[in-house]
Amino acid sequence: MKHKKPTVAVYKFSSCDGCQLSILNMEDELLNLADAIDIAFFLEATRAQRPGPYDIAIVEGSITTPHEIERIKEVRAQAKTVIALGTCATAGGIQALRNFADADEYANVVYAHPEYLHYLKTATPIAEHILVDLELWGCPVNKAQVIEVIVALLNNRRPNLPPHSVCLECKRRNTTCVIVDKGIPCIGPATQAGCGAICPAMGRGCYGCFGPAREVNTNSMAAMLQKLERYPGETVRLFRGISGYAPTFRTIADEVLSTSKEAK
Amino acid sequence: MKNIEVPALARVEGEGGLYIGLENGKAVEIRLDIYEPPRFFEGFLRDRFLQEVPDITARICGICPVAYQMSAAYALENALGVKISPHARALRRLMYCGEYIESHALHIYMLQAPDLLGKESALELAAEAPEVVKKALRLKKIGNELLKAIGGRSVHPVNVCVGGFYSWPDTKAIKDLLPDLEWGLQAALDTVKLALTFEYPFLEIDYEFVALHHPDEYGVIEGDILSSKGRKLSIAEYETGYIEEHVRHSNALHSHTVDSNTYMVGPLARLNLNHEQLLPNAKKALQESGVQLPIRNPYKSLIARGIELVHFYEEAIQLVKEYKPTGSAHVELKLKAGEGAGATEAPRGLLYHRYKIDGNGMVQFAKITPPTAQNLPRIEADLFALTPRIINMPEAQATLTAEHLVRSYDPCISCATHFLKLKVEEK
Repeated sequence: MKHKKPTVAVYKFSSCDGCQLSILNMEDELLNLADAIDIAFFLEATRAQRPGPYDIAIVEGSITTPHEIERIKEVRAQAKTVIALGTCATAGGIQALRNFADADEYANVVYAHPEYLHYLKTATPIAEHILVDLELWGCPVNKAQVIEVIVALLNNRRPNLPPHSVCLECKRRNTTCVIVDKGIPCIGPATQAGCGAICPAMGRGCYGCFGPAREVNTNSMAAMLQKLERYPGETVRLFRGISGYAPTFRTIADEVLSTSKEAK
Repeated sequence: MKNIEVPALARVEGEGGLYIGLENGKAVEIRLDIYEPPRFFEGFLRDRFLQEVPDITARICGICPVAYQMSAAYALENALGVKISPHARALRRLMYCGEYIESHALHIYMLQAPDLLGKESALELAAEAPEVVKKALRLKKIGNELLKAIGGRSVHPVNVCVGGFYSWPDTKAIKDLLPDLEWGLQAALDTVKLALTFEYPFLEIDYEFVALHHPDEYGVIEGDILSSKGRKLSIAEYETGYIEEHVRHSNALHSHTVDSNTYMVGPLARLNLNHEQLLPNAKKALQESGVQLPIRNPYKSLIARGIELVHFYEEAIQLVKEYKPTGSAHVELKLKAGEGAGATEAPRGLLYHRYKIDGNGMVQFAKITPPTAQNLPRIEADLFALTPRIINMPEAQATLTAEHLVRSYDPCISCATHFLKLKVEEK
């Protein structure tokens, strides 16, 4: 018996388009994928649009405007399964740096007429607004992981995503630890695997774009990183970066900041 | 003609709409509405360490992250008075080849060609002409593979730093790309032939073209900012010739020249100003095409992208053959307070950055002028010029012709927001 192909809608919120592009970058798999699923809405790829409901909604980007709060609720209402795709959707992304500052001041810096703009003071992950069924981290997401998630959904099984940190990926590719060997600050030990440990392989530290790994000892890491800083405040900036609004990273950055202020 | 409304433009990067207000069959108001939300990059770049900047600015655009890394790196190197090694410079050009190949192949085949073939998407085209789409995907993939070999991944690569690169890419991984690049050069030449078979909507505009010009190579990373109206400025002088403004209907800033002219950046500007610097295969493809320069039809940007695709495959082959890691991949930085501007040619046009840094290397001020912000007023002016030609067309065809015009600019709305909805309304 032939099953009906699941309908898929791909949406963009506040983001750079890089995670959607990861879907278009599946050059070897795209045509097969288009056979297995029914792409009903994907503005970056096609003009053709069919109305919901959809089986799967894939959402890129974070929520940064009043209108986006309304739109994301419509997405949820139209979809059986919602996947948050990429670090903007799962943690707010780089634009969530406004959450640690005054967004109005930023608007004044960038725009001559901030009164023309509609924005929220915060950039927040999708799960702060609706129920999200599955989060896939990465800035950008790893396309092999996107394929794994879609294949798992099509086969009604749990996707096989690595639970460990970037450290294990370094070991697998035989990269010597940049912290131990060169004293380069790296937050790979606290960061979810998935990228393939590309930064340490280039001789630089991980900057956490796949978000925090589970159960990591960020306190001990922060203490070590502070001894390795190449410029004042590097530890805070490493955690408060692409995934800076993710709770684990947010907490440790706040703690380091408050202790260093006390020390002064 | 009754109202036309396209709530959101498809096959562009980012989000925006288009509004055409008509009065007695004439366009009285045209607006590209950018509802892509502002993300305030120039705000949160302040108080970040200079070496973080290329990683942060990459996130402005998923399709042209390399351009954002390169303009940032050059601007900050200029602020520090640092010059990268010739070998690192060659690797930057090779990396940019990867981005041009990936971005142009995507735009030619997946974003613009469906308009010329009456299709909604490349996937729809794949049902009829699978071989063409498979070839397109391979053309694009090779660009991505090149980016991956140099930068670890194609979207937001991680190897570019202020001063050069973190490390030299593996020589074998680079050399192994040669057979694919040689296939790609032939496929790019076939792309130009295909581009010449399309029937393009007619529109001729007397544009002011603006692009980076370098006497010894096809201008991408260094040189002077040249205008077809004769203005020639150094990169540091850019802001004396081109001004950005904030307009009410847009979350993107709009640029114009000091004499209040709209201008065009991107593949047509580059090809028209820099065709003499094309490599031999690309130059020959241009000559054999019979296309007369300057090309003034915006829809024919696709032909310019095709010629550039040949050029960048050709240059990539050359640079891969010559690739030899020599010395350190980056120069050591000596921090000092300063200010620097950088401009490189993103696939969709000139991308300008300027930074002020303090003595600890912390960013005090950032200014970024993306290509689409420069093209937006020009796209609006083009739509004004186009309206009389489409006004008597059936509604669906008129809408498609206007949308196609916008898409032919390869607008990057996420970048410019600091862009589109087609709505034609009879007042």
